[in-house]
Amino acid sequence: MTDLVLEGVSYRYRNGGTLALDGIDLHIGAGEQVALIGQNGSGKTTLVRHLNGLLRPTLGRVRHDGTDVARRTVAQLARSVGLAFQDPDRQIFAGSVRREVEFGPRNLGMSGGQLRTAVETAFAEVGLEEEAGTNPYDLGASRRKLLALASVQAMGTPVLVLDEPTTGQDMRGVEIVKRVIDGAHAAGRTVIAISHDMEFVAASFDRVVVLRAGRVILDGSPASAFDEASWDALRSTYLEPPLPAILGSRLGLGATPTDAELLAAL
Amino acid sequence: MAALMLTLESVTYRYAGAPRSSLHEVSLELRAGEVLGLVGASESGKTTLCLVASGLAPRTVGGTLTGRVLLDGEETAPLLMHQLAGRIGIAFASPATQLSGVAATVYEEVAFGPMNLGVPRPELIARTEEALSALRIESLADRDPARLSGGQQQLVAIAGLLALRPAHMVLDEPTAQLDPAGTAMVATALASLATNGASILVAEQKTDLLAGICSRVVVLDAGRVVLDGLAAEILADPRLTDLGVAPPPAVRLRRTAADANLPAASLARLDEAIAQALSQ
Repeated sequence: MTDLVLEGVSYRYRNGGTLALDGIDLHIGAGEQVALIGQNGSGKTTLVRHLNGLLRPTLGRVRHDGTDVARRTVAQLARSVGLAFQDPDRQIFAGSVRREVEFGPRNLGMSGGQLRTAVETAFAEVGLEEEAGTNPYDLGASRRKLLALASVQAMGTPVLVLDEPTTGQDMRGVEIVKRVIDGAHAAGRTVIAISHDMEFVAASFDRVVVLRAGRVILDGSPASAFDEASWDALRSTYLEPPLPAILGSRLGLGATPTDAELLAAL
Repeated sequence: MAALMLTLESVTYRYAGAPRSSLHEVSLELRAGEVLGLVGASESGKTTLCLVASGLAPRTVGGTLTGRVLLDGEETAPLLMHQLAGRIGIAFASPATQLSGVAATVYEEVAFGPMNLGVPRPELIARTEEALSALRIESLADRDPARLSGGQQQLVAIAGLLALRPAHMVLDEPTAQLDPAGTAMVATALASLATNGASILVAEQKTDLLAGICSRVVVLDAGRVVLDGLAAEILADPRLTDLGVAPPPAVRLRRTAADANLPAASLARLDEAIAQALSQ
């Protein structure tokens, strides 16, 4: 279990001097399912890279279970927080699918039967059982993305962070990503995902955090984040509520961010 | 009838060293001023078709192709890459693949393509600024392309393609990393290029985007064209789901509602609300 806290976190990229995060205060409790949304360049990826120490705050603090993690290495933090990159090609390096997935858990000290189980389970979850011996670059882009997800999933970290997991996935791929998230949730793990897919956000997460220009401008349940009262804030960061939320509001049915909620209210 | 601009005639393509073909006897016609949508499950051949239609495969990718690819009635196989580059442009799914890696600023990156085609300086500047403003990224002009977010890089890559002003364009999931407003801007830019006579092939998972800009949609399955028709009909076709393609949210919602045996009055209210929402 890992309790994550960002306290007044600001981050400035040195070259160009862009202030990517501007005083973020955020508490994510163990077992939460949090979607991080906001326009391109609003600071989503910069924020999640602070959770495992890939980036260190220019100002402010990141705490895991109350402890400031400034002195902990990325390798130490990797035991708590697994991060799957937006672009799998920046993550994948091994010569076979199996070695790619084994790398993370092996570095966490897994071996023998435990390692095998972790790897086989991750393969099965993303449907790569038949591809263990394949070179990752012989897989299509969408399956490389699922491979990157499996590699992080196999580490079994208390916190799973996914940077735009449904990008480039077809309908079946999106279902696989949803299943992985549901499974992690059932196991009590925290899931934090960046996404521009509002229907996916509404269906798979219980909390939505909205960023604009490096600040949190909304933080609440999908029902509140996609409620008509929030639309101006969403649109100020280039987002649109999902279709069922728009229809529910038009029909005077209240907050209905998913198909199921809309149909139940009709 | 408008002139046929980009034509594939019974194209079969196999990557070098691949055990089987990735495209099987694909025939397509893309007319001037038309946006053609390309959908299909992962690994159904969409990216391969983009590479073949743009002339990159087999020209630079290798592999073997049978059948013919024609631009304005002229076979492309004998053309050299630079002869092709002024006429047809491609945007890759990953901006990392697209960006030159040698430009220090976004402005230079967007100008890179037309500069290499020898476009005179005043026109180069005009094209670059027009492309930046079409995608509302003027504010990024002085930034280092390598230090942008994934979505910002994707917009820069597409601006680079717009600045080339090719008569034919192929885009492979151009909005994958974009926020909804960025997606809408790209859609608007493509629709306006088509109005000015460009022919555009766009592969996308976002079927609601295609519903807004495409006249026709083609569905690929295992390297073959399995459906080809008017966008509204194809995107509402019940077979789409079995082919691994998510229908637009409005189609899915309407279908789920019908399956849920809602009273006719509720369905009618829903239909009316959907029609109003889509018209905005």
